[in-house]
Amino acid sequence: MVERVYIFKRFERFWHWAQAALIMFLLLTGFEIHGTYSNFGFEKAVELHTIAAWTLVGLWTFAVFWHFTTGEWKQYIPTTKRVTEMVRFYAFGIFKGESHPFKQTALSKHNPLQRLAYLGVLLVMNPLIWTSGWFLLFYGNWAAWGFPNLSLELVATAHVLGAFMILLFLIVHVYLTTTGHTPLAHIKAMITGWEDKH
Amino acid sequence: MLRTRSAVALFAGALLGVVLSVTNLAQATVAPQTKSSPTADHSKFKELQKQFKTGPEVTKACLSCHTEAAKQVHRTKHWTWEFINTEKNQKLGKKNVLNNFCISIPNNQQYCTNCHVGYGWKDKNFDFTVEENVDCLVCHDTTLTYVKQPGMAGHVVGEEMEFPKGSGKILKPINLSKIAQAVGKSSRETCGNCHFFGGGGDGVKHGDLDSSLFAPEADVDVHMAVDGLNFNCGTCHQTSSHDVPGSRYTPTAKDKGGVQIRGKSEGENPATCVACHDTKPHKAEKSKHAARLNNHAEKLACQTCHIPAFARGGVATKMRWDWSTAGKMDAEGKPIVKKDDHGHIIYESRKGDFVVAENVKPEYYWFNGGITYTLLGDKIEKNDKPVGINKIEGNATDGKSMIWPFKVSRGTQPYDPENKTLITPHTTGPKSGGGYWTNYDWDRAARQGMADSGAPFSGKVDFVSTEMYWPIAHMVAPKDKSVGCAECHAKDGRLAGIKGIYIPGRDANPLIDKAAWLLALLTLLGVLGHAAIRIFASKKH
Repeated sequence: MVERVYIFKRFERFWHWAQAALIMFLLLTGFEIHGTYSNFGFEKAVELHTIAAWTLVGLWTFAVFWHFTTGEWKQYIPTTKRVTEMVRFYAFGIFKGESHPFKQTALSKHNPLQRLAYLGVLLVMNPLIWTSGWFLLFYGNWAAWGFPNLSLELVATAHVLGAFMILLFLIVHVYLTTTGHTPLAHIKAMITGWEDKH
Repeated sequence: MLRTRSAVALFAGALLGVVLSVTNLAQATVAPQTKSSPTADHSKFKELQKQFKTGPEVTKACLSCHTEAAKQVHRTKHWTWEFINTEKNQKLGKKNVLNNFCISIPNNQQYCTNCHVGYGWKDKNFDFTVEENVDCLVCHDTTLTYVKQPGMAGHVVGEEMEFPKGSGKILKPINLSKIAQAVGKSSRETCGNCHFFGGGGDGVKHGDLDSSLFAPEADVDVHMAVDGLNFNCGTCHQTSSHDVPGSRYTPTAKDKGGVQIRGKSEGENPATCVACHDTKPHKAEKSKHAARLNNHAEKLACQTCHIPAFARGGVATKMRWDWSTAGKMDAEGKPIVKKDDHGHIIYESRKGDFVVAENVKPEYYWFNGGITYTLLGDKIEKNDKPVGINKIEGNATDGKSMIWPFKVSRGTQPYDPENKTLITPHTTGPKSGGGYWTNYDWDRAARQGMADSGAPFSGKVDFVSTEMYWPIAHMVAPKDKSVGCAECHAKDGRLAGIKGIYIPGRDANPLIDKAAWLLALLTLLGVLGHAAIRIFASKKH
């Protein structure tokens, strides 16, 4: 019997997967609106993108509330401790079959590198995508909000830039889920909530 | 059938349009007119209970009661064929401008003034101050039997007569007494008999005005649909003191006025979309994209989305007229007429090559209502760029412009290569008169036309490419047939050529896009490489 530890609570897992689906769907419809490819058709893509965006807004409202009421927000306090160890592990140790230098616990779910990455998400990616997205949703209100001369090109480009950052994040994030003690261990944990101790 | 037949005949007979369209109408079902219950029955007026031999006789009778009517008409463009654009300081109007269809009025008045609201404008000496020369009936006839005979300078046939004199052709009179006793409001028919046939035939000039609007289905024109709103021309072009609003010389490109309210909207153009529909026309209860569409209405003229194509009623419009190829004869030295599969004339010795088209997608340009014409005396250069018979103004940043749909008629037309001016050729009339359409002699046609215009002529005729812009405002489609999002929000969409705005789906910063995709690809390769090394390393262990 492998010893297991409960890491991800039910809401957290729901939040993660709902958000994952929404973000991927937003990328899909967003790049269609951007003119990169064609699938739903522009009009439908805009409609779906808008619906998905509002759904994500709703989900985030719950998630923010949850993080503060449960104190889980502390998981995201960045630390530089043992970051070099993490980098060294991904760059070399992992190839030599060394075990992961970070031990997950319910009180500390994210490794130091993850914390730094999520800090970037919170400080750069989210403000960029949300602010630009919010402005795009309310294009008609710019003048009333006091931005009569704001350029659509600027806002749209910022939004696209945010989207690309999310895409890059997604690629790396998905790959790093395979770096557990087995390739599917992290994913399993995010589904069941339980991570094997090893 | 009827339409094709009449269209062909129209070309052949130059300005026979009026005659034939009336014939057309007599046979077509005539739509019921807007309900109106006049308080006067003109058949009871003894002034009208007599035989009239000429048009001016009828007008005299009209003016005996409507004492100010002729004075009002005298002040309008319909009478003067002149319009002073004070902003551009140009003397315009039908009398002064040129186009790239039949080109110009001078020396062709006999025929052109068939569509003048007057009697007897046969040359430049016409007296514009005579009240009984106003033609009341051409706008107020309700019998659809009032016909102005081509070549008679706007006169009508009140008595049996031979025309042209010595031809042996006898023209039957129209019943002026009956027509006068039945006068009423103007109608699609009275307006359309001239305005649907501009350029010398059905639908030729405008593209959004043709005989299909006599009785259109909702798909062709949602406002004029006989089984729908059944608008007249005058429903939008609400006329006061005989002055019909809705100018093509100084159009209202962006109407900021909103819905027109009685007593508050004096002097505003009532013929704009906004005059009824307001500046935020899309309502949330009717459209899930109302707010978004209203944002669009800040930059796009309503017409841009709501008129997906012009010439939609089954009548082709002329897109190109190449005068430079006119004058070719067949082996026997006779003039040629060539037609396409639909019976549209595509070459005529008298006029040159034509391109006609139906269901034409407009071209789109920023437009602030400013139009400058190239007038007869203006110097032009023959080069790669066509001469703009009119030039439209507008851009993304002037705050006055909207993106508008246009028909752009292109072609070549005669110009004087030495004086570097356009030419107003004499085209119409009998062979003895020297018109191009009977003599095929450019030198003579140009000399006479330019003399009539009072313009110098070097004796040389060459041809220059020209283009002319016609804003499209009629043939509004039902809302479910309006232009879809993806037709502009695409790389090669309808608005591909519009500068100065960012259109999602059309525009992207190419540098950011390229760099970001490259980075995404490298990242993907990076993680795949990392994975490959892991797999490779684990096998070695």
